[in-house]
This record gives sequence, structure tokens and C-alpha cells, in this order.
Amino acid sequence: MFTSEHIESQLDKILLQVQKPGRYVGGELNIVVKDWDQVQTKVALVFPDIYDIGVSNVGLKILYDEINQREDALAERAYAPWTDMDALMREHGIPLYSLESKRPLSGFDLIGFSLPYETLYTNTLNILDLSGIPVRSADRGESHPIIIAGGHAATNPEPMHAFIDAFVIGEGEEVIHEILDVVQRRKTQNTSREETLLALAKIRGVYVPKYYHVEYMDDGTVANVTTLREEVANPVIKRIVAQLPLPPIKFIVPNIEVVHNRVSVEIMRGCTRGCRFCQAGMITRPVRERSVDEIVDAAEAAINATGFEELALLSLSSSDFTYVVELVNKVSKRFKGRKLTISLPSLRIESVSVDLMDKLREHYSGGFTLAPEAATERMRRIINKFIPDEDIINTTREIYRRGWTTIKLYFMIGHPSETLEDVQAIADLCKRVIHEGRKVAGMKVKLHAGVSTFVPKPQTPFQWVSVDTRESIIAKQDLLKRELKDRNIKLSWTEPNDTLLEAWLSRGDRRLAEVIYTAWKSGAKFDAWGDQMKYDVWMAAFEEHGLDPSFYTHRQRRTDEIFPWDHISAAVRKNFLFQDFRQSLEGKIRVDCRLNCFACGILPTFSNLRRENPGEVWKCPEVKSPARNNQASVISNQLPVVGD
Amino acid sequence: MRIRITFSKTGALCYIGHLDLQTIWERSARRADLPLAYSQGFHPQPKINIASALPLGFSSRCEMVDLRLKEDVDLDALPQRLQTAMPSGIGILKVENVDESLPALQTQIVSAEYEVTLTEAVDRSVLKRKIDELLANESLPRERRGKTYDLRPLIENLDAISKDKIHMRLSAREGATGRPDEVLDALGVPLEQTRVERTRLIFR
Repeated sequence: MFTSEHIESQLDKILLQVQKPGRYVGGELNIVVKDWDQVQTKVALVFPDIYDIGVSNVGLKILYDEINQREDALAERAYAPWTDMDALMREHGIPLYSLESKRPLSGFDLIGFSLPYETLYTNTLNILDLSGIPVRSADRGESHPIIIAGGHAATNPEPMHAFIDAFVIGEGEEVIHEILDVVQRRKTQNTSREETLLALAKIRGVYVPKYYHVEYMDDGTVANVTTLREEVANPVIKRIVAQLPLPPIKFIVPNIEVVHNRVSVEIMRGCTRGCRFCQAGMITRPVRERSVDEIVDAAEAAINATGFEELALLSLSSSDFTYVVELVNKVSKRFKGRKLTISLPSLRIESVSVDLMDKLREHYSGGFTLAPEAATERMRRIINKFIPDEDIINTTREIYRRGWTTIKLYFMIGHPSETLEDVQAIADLCKRVIHEGRKVAGMKVKLHAGVSTFVPKPQTPFQWVSVDTRESIIAKQDLLKRELKDRNIKLSWTEPNDTLLEAWLSRGDRRLAEVIYTAWKSGAKFDAWGDQMKYDVWMAAFEEHGLDPSFYTHRQRRTDEIFPWDHISAAVRKNFLFQDFRQSLEGKIRVDCRLNCFACGILPTFSNLRRENPGEVWKCPEVKSPARNNQASVISNQLPVVGD
Repeated sequence: MRIRITFSKTGALCYIGHLDLQTIWERSARRADLPLAYSQGFHPQPKINIASALPLGFSSRCEMVDLRLKEDVDLDALPQRLQTAMPSGIGILKVENVDESLPALQTQIVSAEYEVTLTEAVDRSVLKRKIDELLANESLPRERRGKTYDLRPLIENLDAISKDKIHMRLSAREGATGRPDEVLDALGVPLEQTRVERTRLIFR
């Protein structure tokens, strides 16, 4: 086994040959370095992308604190080395190591991967390999760490089932302790790997793929999923925390420039808007808010503890935070006169948002971002994000009038049943925004249209629809490029190959694991990095395993199809999702579910938690009696339409 | 108030470059709650001046930085106050008050001394001969990042002081800075078989 001294001396030989060696040396402020020999259970938390992206990840920071607060455990960090470092490490026989104590990952008891997006899968395999740990679960023995993973991509864990021993479904704050207790028994009671995995599988919210068997129909769809041990759950229902614990304060301060140099405070979790394309909005329910004082105090303590120049107040929809006005008032008062940038993303398109941002003016730099997502009334009804053109024009005009010169508008193409007319409307709307802006603020006004391509994600109402075809995506992007040639409009888009890869990986079944393995073996890595993505390698991998990629992406799904991820539950019922999908086909809108509960399934699943945590912490209705109303009400008729 | 801090740079911090070090000072000063003075203009910058860029990979026991503060602070308490705010790898060695009207720190440095430790011992007489041969040259044309320059006038002193130590004093004037790794390369000593520490900055 490599010692930390050995790794450090080897590193000194290669670090000057790589770009940004500061990525690989640790030593940042606010890290926790415990006495290795005095602590029983060692956890390596891994973000499988480069340091520059991973170091500011809030989810891993929460787990880092949770674990390090225990006396019997320690958590250290590792990230994916960039290709130059990867090559040198392999050449010099240096295994992947933790940044805190420079110990090889293979010497830890538990390795936890954060998988927020699917294009990290090949990196995950690569990291295991670089650590000298068998890439496949089945090949690991008593001496190897237990490999777990969590994050939004675990919503459909199946494509990674062969490589990850156990997935955490949902929120990790509480379940990580239960996992640690089980892993600890490997040492205290000498439990075997098999016993450990079975014990993990019995924890609520933990999915151990080896205890589940999938059978397929002749057409390649799933016939059924059965459990191989009667003690394990089917479906595996996600874990949540009833109340958000105190936010992290002592953020790690990187010694090099990274993507997000900031303190992030999550102001609430979940979203009640019900946009049908939004996986986060479906799988992070229910909405739980923090108190204004808790947020402001945490922000101040964290700014003081880090010296960061930016504070981000994070949520899926800031405008929906009940006390957003009070929050902004308090934040601007508390940080008055301090050189600090404050960002409040995900604001609704309405004049109130402009007032909010105005109050943060002293702390603001850069543009103003809004996300209309679609530009025709039909499309907006389909995706359930209904913002009339007039609201967009009035809000953007007001933003320009008050002195912002750049507005960023996010749109998506490839929504179900979208036509070229719907895309033309995006271009028309952008031109109108600029035109109206010029009237109030002159020729200097700028617009950045970020147009991504929709991927229908598991556990959303759109899980039944197919991905737009490459030809159609290209035609739509060409239209936008042709139409938006104004030098004050900047257009950005997603390359179709990147979209398709994301779609295969997020919608795949267990058979995709072999494709991922082969693609990685053939050099696929850093798939999230446009210039690194090797499309041909992926196509060859599909071919080698006799799988047709379009089976996963361009097939009309039967309404009664069993999806590969159906035995994993985000506590939102499939029937609810299907009803919502049907509503979409009829162009019917569902309002914010704080106003009207549509019985998504969260309350019956977590009724005990809700009863124990009454009041306004959750934005769901109170649970009053065990009986519940399954009738989802639809009140689309009451909604304003354009021109109202 | 203008304060001058002498500090060491070791461990992980050896791999942190000059620009990043500037940010580290900025954040550390904020954590220590120092009243940093900022430049005027649209993008106010804190007035932080580091004496001389230290090449990546080397440690130092003599780095210096000047911070300008809006108001006076208690100098006696400052070393401790700063040390607790710094990341590991930076050691506060000295804090002094300097005259506001003195020219910028970087313009006052003329040379820097380095001590090179050889991790694999060599024959001292062979090393001495190599040094003598090198110094006998009137010019040492070299190429770095596509530009040719003369290394010889940048070497003010070069000596093998023991079987595993080389001492050198190199020019550190703005626009005429000698790099120890270039000298080692000219001597035929592989950089990966050395540890380099900057030991002294010399003022004009």
C-alpha cells in the first residue's frame, strides 16, 4: 500500500509538468485533516469531474461536514484528475489519492461518488481504475472499499448498476450516518462484504443493484424487476430530511481560481411550480424553506470564515421563497458597504423580481437572467411554465430601463410536439425584447439567448416522450442562428451529440452498463466537456453490444411500459406523472401546488414526517387524517391567458 | 497605513502561482477583518503588492507583501491575527509599518537568493567544476517560452556550498529576473532531483 509520504514525493516529480498543479495538492483553508490512525471509518468523497468544478459542490460539502462531525469517522476529498495529470499518474504508478492526507483511495472504507449529471459516468469508472479498485462491483473483494453514489443521476441508477455497490436515493444528510454505522461493522464485527451490502440494502433509501433481477421483453423493454432477497425494498423510496439542517459555514476556500468562488446558502429545497420538463422540480419535493434569520446568519458566518467575494442564495425558484422580500432586505442591510457580489438566481419573470434585484444593486455585477423556456402559448401550456409574452416584455424592458445592459434568457428547444413555428417564436421574442429595450435604454442593450435542448428525464411527466431527432434539432438550431444575427444578441446552444449522449445515459437500462464500460475502455472520459466527448467511441460501443441507441431515445413509449427506473421512487407516483403528461397533451396547465395539491404522492409517502413537522416549514398542506383525496383537481380554466 | 508582511511559502502553497497568491492575500486580509484600501474606478481592487513572483514549485522563507489599509491597526496583534486567517503553507514571519511614500515594493527588489538541496547527492568537485565552467561563459543564450535571453548577466553568485547544497543569487529586477530552474538546467542538474527554497530578497 502506498503511504502518503510516497505519494507526496512522487507528486513532486510530476506536478510541474501539469497545468494548474494547485488542483492536486490540497492544503486549502477549512479542510478537515484528522489523525488517520485514531479514526475508525474513513470515507473518500469524490466529485468525478475536475477540481475546478467539484470543489464548490454544496452536496458533498454537506456530507463532508456530516461525516467529519463524527468522532468515529473522517471524510476526505478527491476529484477527477485532468487528462494530463491522469497520464502522468499512470506513467509513474501513482494511484488516485485524497487531497487531505494524500492517501490512496483504495485505503478508505467507503467511497462516495456525487453524480449530479450522467456525463460523469465514464469518469467514475476511470477514477475507480486509477485508484486500483476493480471497476465492476462483482470483482471487488473483502479488501476493497464499499462504493456508493448519489445525486440526481441516481434517479435512474440502472446504467451504473454494475459499477456502484449501493446507491443513495434522495437526500443524504441522515442516511449517510446509517450507512457509516453499517460500514463500520466491517471493522468492529468483521462483517463480510456480502453481509455489509445486504445490511446496506435494508436501509431505507438505499438501492443495492445486485439484489434485484431485471427481465426483459422481446422488444427490449423491461418485463419485470424482482428482488432476489425478500428483505430488500421494491420500490426503493427516496429519503428526505423533514427539515433542512443548518447550512454549511466553513466552505473550503480553494487556493486556485475555480468556477464558483463563493459561499452558497440553500434558501429552500424543492419547487412547487411543476414545470413538466424539470427533473429537479419533481424529485426534490416537498418544498422546505429555511428561515430568513438562519439564512442571513449563515451567510454572514460563512463570508467571515472564507473571505469569499460572492454569496449565492440558491434554490430552484427564488421568487417562490415565502419571505423573499424580507430576505433581500435583510441581506442588503447586513452586507451594506462590504465588497460582496450577491446572486439570487431563478427569479420569476415579473416586475417584483426587478425590485428585488434593485435592492441588491450595490452587490450586483453582470447581467440579469430569466428563463422563459418557451415562446408560444401552446408550448408554454405543454411544459406547464406559463409566462405571457407581455410579462416577458414588460419585465425585460424594466430591467433595461433600470440600467442593466445585458439580459440572459434561457430557452429550450425539443419540447414535445414542438414545431419550427415554436422555435421561430423564440427568435421573434428575442428580437422584440431587444427592440423594446432599445426604446428605453438605447442601442447599448444586449441579449444573451441560451437555448439548450430538452432531454426527457426519468421520474418526470415527460418520461414517456422521445428525444427530438438530430435532424430536427439541427434544423431548429439553424433557424435560430439564421434569425438571431443581431450583433447585440448572443446565441448559445447545446451540440446535438452532447444532448443525445445525455439522453442515452439518463434513460438507459442495465444493458447500457456494458456500453459505458466499453466506451470508457476505448477512451471516453470527460463526456461533459464538449471538446473531449468522443461520439464515435460511443457509437462503436453501442454497436459492439448490439444495442440501438435510438431504442433509448427515439422510440414512442407504450403508456403501460415498465421503465428501467420504475423500481426507484422519488415518492412522486407514476400515475400522477402520467396524469400530468395527459394534461400536457391537452395543453392544460396545473398551478403552483401550494395553491392546490395535486396529490403527487409526497404526502402519503412521508405522512409521518409531515405530522411530526407541522406548520409552514413544508409548503404542502397539513396531513389531517389518514384518508386522502386522490382526485387531482385541474383548474387551468382559471388561469390568465395572453391578453387577459 | 501601509504594512509590510514577511512570510514563508511552503507545502501545498508551493504549487500556487503569483496571481492566485494575490487572491489568497485578499481573502485572508478579509478574514482577518483588515480594513483594506481599494483603488478608485469602476472595478476597485484592493491595494496588495507582492514583492516578487516566486516560480511554481519552489518554497520560500522570505516572501514579502505590502498591504494598504484605510485606517491604522494594532501592529503587535497583527501577526497572530493574520496567521489564524491564512491557509496552511503560509507562515507570518514579520509585520512592520512602512512609509506610505516609499516606492512600490516590487521596484525596490534587485536580487534574490536561493538555496538548492539536491535530493540525490553528487560529487561536489564535479559540481564545482560545472559551476566554474558555467560562470566562465560571457553569455549564456537560452530560450524560454519562445524568447531568447542571456542567463549569464542574471547570475550574480553561484556556489556549491556542500555536497548536496547549491547557493545562488540571481537578479530580481523587473524585466530582468533570473530563474533558479534555468540555472539548474544550464548546470545539467535535473529539477526533479532538487528542492529549491528562496532564502532572501535583496533591496536596492
